[in-house]
Amino acid sequence: MTAATSVAARGAVPAAPARAARRASKRVLPGFGLTLGYTLFYLSIIVLIPLSALLFKTATLSWEQFWTAISAPRVVASYRLTFGASFLAALVNLFFGLLIAWVLVRYRFPGKKIVDALVDLPFALPTAVAGISLTALLAGNGWVGSILEPLGIQLAFKPAGIVVALIFIGLPFVVRTVQPVLEDAEKELEEAATCLGATRWQTFRLVILPSIMPALLTGFAMAFARAVGEYGSVIFIAGNMPMVSEITPLIIIGKLEQYDYAGATAVAVVMLVISFVLLFIINALQAWQRRRAGAPA
Amino acid sequence: MRHLQQSLGNITMTSLKLKTLLASLALAASGMAAAQNSLLNVSYDVAREFYKDYNTAFTAHYKKTTGKDVKIDQSHAGSSAQARAVNDGLDADVVTMNTTTDVQFLADNGVVAKDWAKKFPHDASPTTSTMLFLVRNGNPKNIKDWDDLIKPGVQVIVVNPKTGGNGRYAYLAAWGAVREKGGTDAQAAEFVGKLYKNVPVLAKGGRDATATFLQRNQGDVLITFESEVVSVEREFGKGKVDAVYPSVSVTAENPVAVVERTVAKKGTGDLAKAYLDYLYSDEAQEIAAKHAIRPRSEAVLKKHADQFKPIKQFTVAKYFGSLTEAQKVHFNDGGQFDKLYTPGAK
Amino acid sequence: MSATTATRTIRRAQAGTTEAPWVRWTLIGIALAFMLLFLVLPLAAVFAEALRKGFGAYLEGLREPDAWAAIRLTLITAAIAVPLNLVFGVAAAWCIAKYEFKGKAFLTTLVDLPFSVSPVVAGLIYVLVFGAQGWIGPWLAAHDIKIVFAVPGIVLATVFVTFPFIARELIPLMQAQGNDEEQAAIVLGATGWQTFWHVTLPNIKWGLLYGVILCNARAMGEFGAVSVVSGHIRGQTNTIPLHVEILYNEYQSVAAFAAASLLALLALVTLVIKTIAEHRNEQALKAAAELPPERPAPAGV
Repeated sequence: MTAATSVAARGAVPAAPARAARRASKRVLPGFGLTLGYTLFYLSIIVLIPLSALLFKTATLSWEQFWTAISAPRVVASYRLTFGASFLAALVNLFFGLLIAWVLVRYRFPGKKIVDALVDLPFALPTAVAGISLTALLAGNGWVGSILEPLGIQLAFKPAGIVVALIFIGLPFVVRTVQPVLEDAEKELEEAATCLGATRWQTFRLVILPSIMPALLTGFAMAFARAVGEYGSVIFIAGNMPMVSEITPLIIIGKLEQYDYAGATAVAVVMLVISFVLLFIINALQAWQRRRAGAPA
Repeated sequence: MRHLQQSLGNITMTSLKLKTLLASLALAASGMAAAQNSLLNVSYDVAREFYKDYNTAFTAHYKKTTGKDVKIDQSHAGSSAQARAVNDGLDADVVTMNTTTDVQFLADNGVVAKDWAKKFPHDASPTTSTMLFLVRNGNPKNIKDWDDLIKPGVQVIVVNPKTGGNGRYAYLAAWGAVREKGGTDAQAAEFVGKLYKNVPVLAKGGRDATATFLQRNQGDVLITFESEVVSVEREFGKGKVDAVYPSVSVTAENPVAVVERTVAKKGTGDLAKAYLDYLYSDEAQEIAAKHAIRPRSEAVLKKHADQFKPIKQFTVAKYFGSLTEAQKVHFNDGGQFDKLYTPGAK
Repeated sequence: MSATTATRTIRRAQAGTTEAPWVRWTLIGIALAFMLLFLVLPLAAVFAEALRKGFGAYLEGLREPDAWAAIRLTLITAAIAVPLNLVFGVAAAWCIAKYEFKGKAFLTTLVDLPFSVSPVVAGLIYVLVFGAQGWIGPWLAAHDIKIVFAVPGIVLATVFVTFPFIARELIPLMQAQGNDEEQAAIVLGATGWQTFWHVTLPNIKWGLLYGVILCNARAMGEFGAVSVVSGHIRGQTNTIPLHVEILYNEYQSVAAFAAASLLALLALVTLVIKTIAEHRNEQALKAAAELPPERPAPAGV
């Protein structure tokens, strides 16, 4: 490794074979092999191998059984609900999370430290407790529900309530991912933009936003991913009516209750694949955006 | 790997070692406790209070008759979840469930004996319960019997049959009620369909249903186990709800069984049998009555007649063969219950 | 007097890069309203329920030996899961943020995956591997090693669900900071470990702390996955969240919310500690900023 480092430092790679040159440009910073190796090892042991158990269990079904299990109307309705509500909630969190991170980093106001600390709250409450207290709040006789329901807005036991619960649990992701990046942002760029005549909004849109976009997308992806899998906080506020307000994790539980392990894993595999694809798209988008913004490797 | 840990500081390393040591100590301690004469009773959710009292009575009785001390560990969760856990390796010595399907599942997988139902009296069910209605104080909607539940404007709270035994029994009680009155299966299906149209929320479990009914103030009537009423009154205070006994309801058996797989390994076969046998004793049946669980003993039942109002009951076997069959026909995916919600299939 | 003048000078200099006051206060207002609605109210609801029958009942709910066993188990689990994920998080962040390689987006997505796995499934997969009917279940049973339905299973499930936290906190931060400083250090002759310890670590300090706190909070609050692998043996394999569920299901909601409020309090305490540490750090930065700054101190806003 030292040889490659000194080669890179001297900047002399003309005669070296192409492979060594490529390796040299990767390894200016040492530790690639070690960190990648450990990452893959840990990932496999904790995540990949157990997750493959899902696939193996599902494989015990015939294609027909598999298809029936995952394409039943109730199940499909639940996909729509789960992924739709999660996406919506993550979107809301994207907007408000950015707002809150901005306010926390850029402004001073009384009680800022408390607000800052409170953002992590959704992580601290066990999901089931969050679910129970949200339901208590939003039901007809709760603090919020008693105001909204006379206006005709029913949140508890309806899909809207699910979105509210998912907003709650996803909020910290965007805030905490954007906050450190915002703090690190260089003010000179903004000052330069102002000097060059940009309005504040233009500066925000064209200078600041692109630089925090990767963090924003990461936060969005995390909030979305978390919302998709969420069970404890949603199950109390959802009406669980089949075809209307039934989330996919509940269908999985239902199958387990019937001792249909393979059916449960089949639906779980579908969820996994869809989540993986969506996350992959978001991450690839983020990587592309970073490259476009000219960030160094 | 060691290098990385060094980089992060010896503090992390030491604290990691310390905590692993603590963890293994904790594991050893719990292991040591199990080595004494001990029994793990894997049971269902709301049975904790009952078994707390029963275990005290049993340990005293066991000490008196055999002179030995025994430690009883309890595990409580949803009945099917517990059955799955025992199947997947939870070392229960005995299982005390509230649905026969769960014990049958274990029998099918060789975890309990195939003839478990014959090993103890009354089909191995020392206690039963039944389904009744809870209505708001004063019964404003005047709900007396099953037919009142399908009236327009009546909202019924019930547990999701897909996720809770409570819900399955409610469904079967409704279905069977029609059959008891001389109706056919088709009429029963129609009735049940109308009933579930009046259900705004399918609760996750018994407790969730009660919370929805009493704390969230949803619905006009709650269908739940008779044994829940005592707990409800304790938590929410008397006078909030009235218990309405319909003309007919289903018998929900609470089966018990010895887990052969575990007792063979641990050698606790006699202890397990003694534990379950004592459930049929008068003392145990009294404790059950105290917790609003219907005892099998006629004498004890008569003594508590004011609490356990006589109600015409039918067994699951009468109209459905067995709970396992009912599960297949009604509650499994694609079954009758699913048909209620698929548009077009009324 | 000079401090105020200095602040005023800085403020004037920053006037070009801050919004008009009305914009500022509107944004603050919206942010606070949102947080009040979505965060403060549920928290208040927990304490309101816990104290519904008075403070005495609240304490009674916590005095149970089962409650203490649950607290112990929760702390042990977090104490094992968090350091494990810390080591992984740093390694993965370094690998993903500092290098370009094929399949990086794929790897990042794999790291994110545990987030979107429903907790029930997360527990289920370990049962499928280690359970009596699982892959190595029979071998474990033969050697009387208990993984699922015992503490190791709970730790494993917790590690799984808190897996991505630290890594995903660090990655955008390290990406935003770029490689310049590390490369400078290498050029000046530092080894990899020296670079990491003296250059990278101080820069990612706060992101790392955030990540650890989040990871810890989630580890202590995890319910679904642990519920599947726990066995629910009272006094032995129940964590605080499981204990909360049990109490709730037994119609002891005051005791249930009392235990839940414990978790909320634990979290608030950690956050207070974090805030204090941050405050100290800010003061150190301010002291360092007495020296002629290359750029206006960011701590002045």
